[in-house]
Amino acid sequence: MKFYGEGIPGVEPSELIGKLIVIEGADGSGRSTQMELLRDYLENHGHATVDVGLRRSTLVSEELKEAKQGNVLGETTRSLFYATDFADQLENRIIPALKSGFIVLADRYIYTLMARDIVRGADSEWIRSLYGIALMPHLVIYLKVSPGQLVERNFRKNSTLDYWESGMDLGLSRDIFESFMRYQKLIQKEFNRMHQEYGFHVVNGNRSIRAVAMELTAKIEAVLDI
Amino acid sequence: MKTELHTELPGRLIAVEGLDGSGKSTQMYLLKRWLEMKGLKVYFTEWNSSVIVKSATSKGKKRQLLTATTFSLIHCTDFADRYERQVLPLLKAGYLVLCDRYIYTAFARDAVRGCSRTWLRNLYGFARRPDIVFFFNTPLPVALSRILSGRPQLKYHEAGMDLRLSHDPYESFRLFQERIYNEYLAMKDEFSFITLDGAASIESQQRLVRETIAQAIDLPRYRWKTLR
Repeated sequence: MKFYGEGIPGVEPSELIGKLIVIEGADGSGRSTQMELLRDYLENHGHATVDVGLRRSTLVSEELKEAKQGNVLGETTRSLFYATDFADQLENRIIPALKSGFIVLADRYIYTLMARDIVRGADSEWIRSLYGIALMPHLVIYLKVSPGQLVERNFRKNSTLDYWESGMDLGLSRDIFESFMRYQKLIQKEFNRMHQEYGFHVVNGNRSIRAVAMELTAKIEAVLDI
Repeated sequence: MKTELHTELPGRLIAVEGLDGSGKSTQMYLLKRWLEMKGLKVYFTEWNSSVIVKSATSKGKKRQLLTATTFSLIHCTDFADRYERQVLPLLKAGYLVLCDRYIYTAFARDAVRGCSRTWLRNLYGFARRPDIVFFFNTPLPVALSRILSGRPQLKYHEAGMDLRLSHDPYESFRLFQERIYNEYLAMKDEFSFITLDGAASIESQQRLVRETIAQAIDLPRYRWKTLR
């Protein structure tokens, strides 16, 4: 494996014999459903898996949850807080699992964090260097779902739109629906740009669960040679 | 965010750096008193005082969860919080902002822990460079004896125990401080530190500090606009 940039001091990437698969996509893109199906599929084939996601570190996940409630952090502080959460999981979960030959399934990775920060005006060079600590995954799947469908799925699941997923802190519109649509378009634009740079495998997530799952497993078989 | 870095702000940023026991806090206190008594808008801030990330930092330290990278990131988060909420607004409001330790502390300490120097300089790239950085160059034995003479309880990370340099906290602290000191020396030209002889008398050091500031900064501009 390789790091995007400077990497983590003391970690030798050639010792990482596992695989890292990332699924990216907005809330309501079917990410968690596909994650579960994928895990079933891999375990059924005899592969050991470990799952990671955002805001799940022992170190700062509690504090991040708290900070999300009141909009109290500055932009740079919030970026760094999330980066800390990521780094903690990278070093304490992802890297040890990869050393032991696991398939690590990441429910979102640095790309979501980068897109959120860049949409909020962060300097892209700074962000790139910050996440130079990250490992390059073997496969990144981006579940692309139109903002219109995302709205429907979010309402069906939670009966409301989430403040952050609507980008309300950006002040795009005081109307949450309007803000959600505009924010999701901005995020998609950033993902489209990153897709070129990082080589995502883009999957049309507007289709049925089954159709998407079949495309994913086919892709993973091809990439991981399993 | 980057455009903000180079726009001229009305305030001025003054930082002091040096080892624990270098005498920098004493000098900073005297400087602050002098500026206050001249009737100027002064604000003093020190490393590690932000509330939001405090619980995470102390949890990480207590449970020894921190690696070089997460140690660096959590302190940078802490710094960013103070920077965004205090330092930057104060500079915009035209204050003289005095910082007891600034980004160079992180550059020295985190590099000793193994972080890449390039990565660190980028990480703190959002922070404005100070108008003046004083480096209190106190000989290592002097600084060490000031801290260790009372045989204080050294905290785990403070003593650099995570670096596994020695099992004895005092010996570990000595070795850790020596490495930090070398990092400071290697940085002083890169960042144009104004180096002060930390072995000189308190009075003569302070005289130099005040002279430097009076020369570099148009102090009367920083008087209070409102009557107090």
